[in-house]
Amino acid sequence: MKKRSLIPILYILFLMLPIYWLIAMSFKTTNEILSGFSLFPQTFTTENYKTIFTDPTWYWGYINSIFYVSLNTVISITVALPAAYAFSRFRFLGDKQLFFWLLTNRMAPAAVFALPFFQLYSAVGLFDTHIAVALAHCLFNIPLAVWILEGFMSGIPKELDETAYVDGYSFPRFFTKIFLPNISAGVGVAAFFCFMFSWVELLLAKTLTAVAAKPIAATMTKTASSAGYELGLLAAAGTLTIIPGAIVIYFVRNYIARGFALGRV
Amino acid sequence: MKRDYQKGWFFVLPVLILVAFNALVPMMTVVNYSVQETFGDNIFFWQGLDWFEQLLRSDRFHAALGRQFLFTGMILAIEVPLGIIIALSMPRQGPWVPVCLVLMALPMLIPWNVVGAMWNIFTLPDIGLLGYLMNHTLGIPYDMTQNPTAAWITIITMDVWHWTSLVVLLAYAGLVSIPDAYYQAAKIDGASGWSVFRYIQLPKMKTVLTIAILLRFMDSFNIYTEPFVLTGGGPGNSTTLLSIDLVKIALGQFDLGPAAAMSLIYFAITLLVSWVFYTLMTKDDAK
Repeated sequence: MKKRSLIPILYILFLMLPIYWLIAMSFKTTNEILSGFSLFPQTFTTENYKTIFTDPTWYWGYINSIFYVSLNTVISITVALPAAYAFSRFRFLGDKQLFFWLLTNRMAPAAVFALPFFQLYSAVGLFDTHIAVALAHCLFNIPLAVWILEGFMSGIPKELDETAYVDGYSFPRFFTKIFLPNISAGVGVAAFFCFMFSWVELLLAKTLTAVAAKPIAATMTKTASSAGYELGLLAAAGTLTIIPGAIVIYFVRNYIARGFALGRV
Repeated sequence: MKRDYQKGWFFVLPVLILVAFNALVPMMTVVNYSVQETFGDNIFFWQGLDWFEQLLRSDRFHAALGRQFLFTGMILAIEVPLGIIIALSMPRQGPWVPVCLVLMALPMLIPWNVVGAMWNIFTLPDIGLLGYLMNHTLGIPYDMTQNPTAAWITIITMDVWHWTSLVVLLAYAGLVSIPDAYYQAAKIDGASGWSVFRYIQLPKMKTVLTIAILLRFMDSFNIYTEPFVLTGGGPGNSTTLLSIDLVKIALGQFDLGPAAAMSLIYFAITLLVSWVFYTLMTKDDAK
């Protein structure tokens, strides 16, 4: 083994330690956690997980989260595709300014917008629905999706478009039959990023929901404060929130390096 | 060459409508609050620019802003060099590459409140792994709920844990795009390891590193959930970053006017710094 591979190994070890601790905690009983320090669960229990899978307020949290995250990913990608195409292929009045304005929305602190968002979505009657959270997350996911897709599309030579027109393809047919397959990696990466940022965001999701569409993260904060301090249960819930991300990342593992460069390298 | 095509606007229209709905309406609400005073019951009084003036003179705001810049500066100073070092020492190909990438990206996919809760459990003085190691094995007193220095070290470590991988993955993407011929040419010229880095690898990573710094600046400047769950801004006010202070004023004290004025100044600072980065970035693209 070469000496320099030590650095990534040490780094990954550092990344895994807190995650290990969370998982270890989730298999301990509350008694064991509070009675003192133990590196491994002494009395191994799956009680915490059983609570989550049998209590509807818990498992509905997961279903709600996954539902609005998927909804958001679909909306973001669908509207970002034509926009990214326009930015990569055409010059039109105000295109550069528009692109920068889109990016500025990623800079707005969510804490700033929490209260106005609540008022806006209450006013249009969407409060406490999945679509409200999905639409609100578009604020930062659409700019990102446009940015990533534009990078990938600019890597495709324009001759492809021109040849297709000469061959008599209409625009929609060209776009879906020829262009999309060419940038499928880009679509995958953009979808991954939308999923990721919608999944990890909590402040807006919590602000826009009460009961019917409450995300898992909100259920967790409520448990942490109300039912005493059930660390084991909290750890189990936290462990389960890692799984969807891990599954999604597995699918894009081969594109991830290129995707993080937003297609520009 | 791109072609002139004004109908391009129709392509971006859906994006425009969706983002404008989410951005402009709340933004106007904030602007509206920032120039008024309210005593509840939806009664508002015109206040002009008083809130802005008050805020720019307030020590509390200066302190929170100072802490915010300190936090962002520190995490950038640690994460960017560390990320480059890790990316440089990663294998370029082979079966371990996807394994490394997936494991490294994992922290970024954990919901932010879980990240906070996870680090809380990890650092508890007597039952957390890190807390126990520090206090009982190494004998270093460490309690982030009591000691401001410990709290700062903890939130910085948490952010390094959470986001260094973003820099690693971006830098790595830049590195793998360098053709082998470049390295061979450097070898023939007898270039040292440092000059390979300085004249081949660093220039190739420039664009991606700008993106990394830009993203890290924006996100760390807006950070809220993780430090709020971990320290709640404490002990005292020692880790009350800008967002945490803002939420305290807006929802805790329900001072909507000052909170809105603060939001706008906050947003303006983020915008200004990001704009400088963005101009630098697109200038390179044009060359």
